[in-house]
Amino acid sequence: MEQGDAQLVAALRAGDEETFRSLVHAWNGPLLRVAQIFVPSRGVAEEVVQETWLRVLGALDKFEGRSSLKTWVFRILVNTAKTRGQREGRVLPFSALNDPGRIPEPAVDPGRFRPEDDPRYPGGWSAPPPELPEDRLVAAETRGVIGRAIAALPATQAAVISLRDVEGWSSEEVCNALDLTEVNQRVLLHRARARVRRALEQYLTPQIA
Amino acid sequence: MIDTEPTNCQELVELVTDYLEGALGAGDLRRFEAHLAVCAGCERYLEQLRETIRISGTLTVDDLSPDAERTLLDGFRDWASAS
Repeated sequence: MEQGDAQLVAALRAGDEETFRSLVHAWNGPLLRVAQIFVPSRGVAEEVVQETWLRVLGALDKFEGRSSLKTWVFRILVNTAKTRGQREGRVLPFSALNDPGRIPEPAVDPGRFRPEDDPRYPGGWSAPPPELPEDRLVAAETRGVIGRAIAALPATQAAVISLRDVEGWSSEEVCNALDLTEVNQRVLLHRARARVRRALEQYLTPQIA
Repeated sequence: MIDTEPTNCQELVELVTDYLEGALGAGDLRRFEAHLAVCAGCERYLEQLRETIRISGTLTVDDLSPDAERTLLDGFRDWASAS
């Protein structure tokens, strides 16, 4: 078992509340995002997170450290959320996590490029990205726009971009937690970032969109 | 953008994440960077994605509600006293 995990597990087994409290706080956002892939509402996702922690504690003696504690907790969350999602009648399309590239989704509106038969620059920009005003990029309102754009993404994309770009997880951690391949993780991240950039551009330069 | 450049802008925007993730093969990476060096539109696109990622990293995350924390800590105490 990795040393940091061994210390955490030992502290939890010793009944150390502060360790438990810091873990439930630190992983709350990511756990909620991932739960929302499988269940229909934020309220149900919160219940799933609660149930997950109780299951984690119940199974802690069986944690052997073959994966990191974080990965193990997220696997329990995913199982709990899937079961709950089925009970709630939520049907997750198989492709959403396992084959996200099946339905194409261009990063940029094809109308912003020159056609394939353009004599000079086929596939070149006809409407390139406008310059974004620097002063507004640093404004608090812009962070609000990005936060809302992430919240409006399909749940799988929202989970991946939240873990990677908001939480700063590595791609390996995200793949492990969600049981995703590297390629599928990149497809979801790519689409999420492209949509969020689009929202940012539309907000800062509405005349283009 | 120059006429002999095999990567066009529409293709490049689909490779940006692979580029940022270090997942492009040597040939694709060379073509990507060669295109970027001469294309202001694509350079700006990449810059905006980097900006998007940077701002995302400054967002605050949903914290636990006091109610949820209390329920969890109660559960923890029950578990700790039973085990």
